[in-house]
Formats: sequence, C-alpha cells, structure tokens
Amino acid sequence: MTIGLIHYLVVAAILFTIGVLGIFVNRKNVIVILMSIELILLAVNINLVSFSVYLHDVVGQIFALFVLTVAAAEAAVGLAILVTFFRWRGDIAVDDVSVMKG
Amino acid sequence: MFLQAIAFYLLAATTVVSGLAVITARNPVHSVLFLITAFFSAAGLFVLMGAEFLAMILVVVYVGAVAVLFLFVVMMLDVDFTALRQGFARYLPIGAVVAGVLTVEMIFVAKSVANSGAAANSTGPAANVASVTNAEAIGRVLYTDYVYFFQTAGLVLLVAMIGAIVLTLKHREGVKRQDVGRQTARNTASGMRIVSIKSGEGIDE
Repeated sequence: MTIGLIHYLVVAAILFTIGVLGIFVNRKNVIVILMSIELILLAVNINLVSFSVYLHDVVGQIFALFVLTVAAAEAAVGLAILVTFFRWRGDIAVDDVSVMKG
Repeated sequence: MFLQAIAFYLLAATTVVSGLAVITARNPVHSVLFLITAFFSAAGLFVLMGAEFLAMILVVVYVGAVAVLFLFVVMMLDVDFTALRQGFARYLPIGAVVAGVLTVEMIFVAKSVANSGAAANSTGPAANVASVTNAEAIGRVLYTDYVYFFQTAGLVLLVAMIGAIVLTLKHREGVKRQDVGRQTARNTASGMRIVSIKSGEGIDE
C-alpha cells in the first residue's frame, strides 16, 4: 500500500498519453492543442520531480522549474500568434495555416 | 502511510480524469477550467512528494497566469467551436490505439526503471531525511551552480514577453495620439503668430 516512485511515473505516463491523444483528436482546435502541450509538460514535470525526490537530488526540481518557465513563455507566444492569426483570417482552423506562405 | 495512499489515489484520479476532460470537453472554457483542476491536483501530488516550493509555483504560474491567459483568449476570440470539433470521431480510433500502445510502453519502462534503475535502492522520499526546507534546498543549488541557467530563464521570459507584445500590438489608422516629441519641440515662433487686424474686418485663414 505504500506509494513509491512507480506510482508517480505511471500517473505521469497516463497524463503524457492524454496530452498526445488530445493533439490527435483535436487537430483543428489550436487552443486545445496548446492545452494538450501544457498537459504533456506537466507530465514531464511530474517525472522530473518524482525522480528528484526519490534520488534525493534537488537538481530535478530545478529542471522542472526551467520547464515551467519555458512552458509559460510558450503559452504566451503561442496565444499571441493565435490572436494575430485570428485577426488575419477571422478563424483559428489550423489546417488553413499553410495558406499563409511567404 | 494509509492516509498517504488515499491522498495519492484521490489526487492522481483527479489529475487523470480532468486531463481527459480537457481534451474531450465541447466548450473550450470548460477545457480551461478542467486544466486548472488538473494543475491543482498535480500541485497536490507535488506536496505529497515533498516538493512544496514547486507545487506553489505551479499554482501561481499555471492557475494564476497561464490558465487566465487561456481564458482571456478563448473568450476574446469569436469562433464557432463546434466546427472545430470536426474530425474528433474520425481521429479517435487511431488516436486511442496510439495512446494505448504508448501508455503500455511507458508503464513498462517506468516499471523497469523503478525496479532496477538508479532509483531502485532509494530509501524513500527525500523529505523524510532532509534537514533543510525544500525552498532552501532549491535556492542553494539554483543560485550557485545553476545561476547562468537561471539568468537564461529570465532572458527567455523577457523575449517571450517582448515577442507577445510585438505580435499583438496593432497601430490603428486615424486615431489621434499624443506626440510628445512634437509637443516639447513647440516654441513661441512655431506655435504663435501675431496678426494685426483692421477694425471691421475678420482674418482669412
């Protein structure tokens, strides 16, 4: 009944797969794709923190902090691109992005 | 120990279920709210592991900043979200197959790592043996060995901020704006003119 490293790794694995599945099934909705990427990064963070805690090495948590930073920056820039794209086309269907060549 | 197990299973189930709800919800606003729930329960998992500092950072950064940003954008864009759900059923079977295979593989890897990897002879979570608090332990390493990475992270955030502003800033035509340069460059000679008017006549500009 004790909770070990494996339990956290399994939760992270399931969360990662949910994120990948989200990208698969919501191919048109770029907002949900961005949220799926956030879920994937959260799964990575859970992995990093659980290894850091069970290996008694705090460096894993520092890497998780950097992953968090990059995730926040990515969300901000991604949503800014989304807003610009919406102004340009009046829609956010990502299948049409290839029209913006050049 | 039993209480810890109950807390773990509760938080893990909440994380996974709300993660699933994020990708299946019809309304993107609900997706964002489920994302917030997922991050909250993941923060609970972090607390359970003894990484309190990161748990609080997760709540502050994700719930306080990223999720609110998502909410703003979802509510600001006037988009027909039902049209964007086309192909959901079409891609679901192949997606489910890939996801199932991926989960099974990753669980096998996790099992072998936990049983025979570097963490196999771990004596349990570090929080039980550490004499300093979690935040202090992170600070001691972050500001010494990883100080350049820390500065680089700050730079990444600065670039992201400038990039987001540059991308979304829009100069509209025909809006009257204050031009401070012209305002302060104005002097008596350029701003004032003395005209002598004869009585009974106006001035034609």
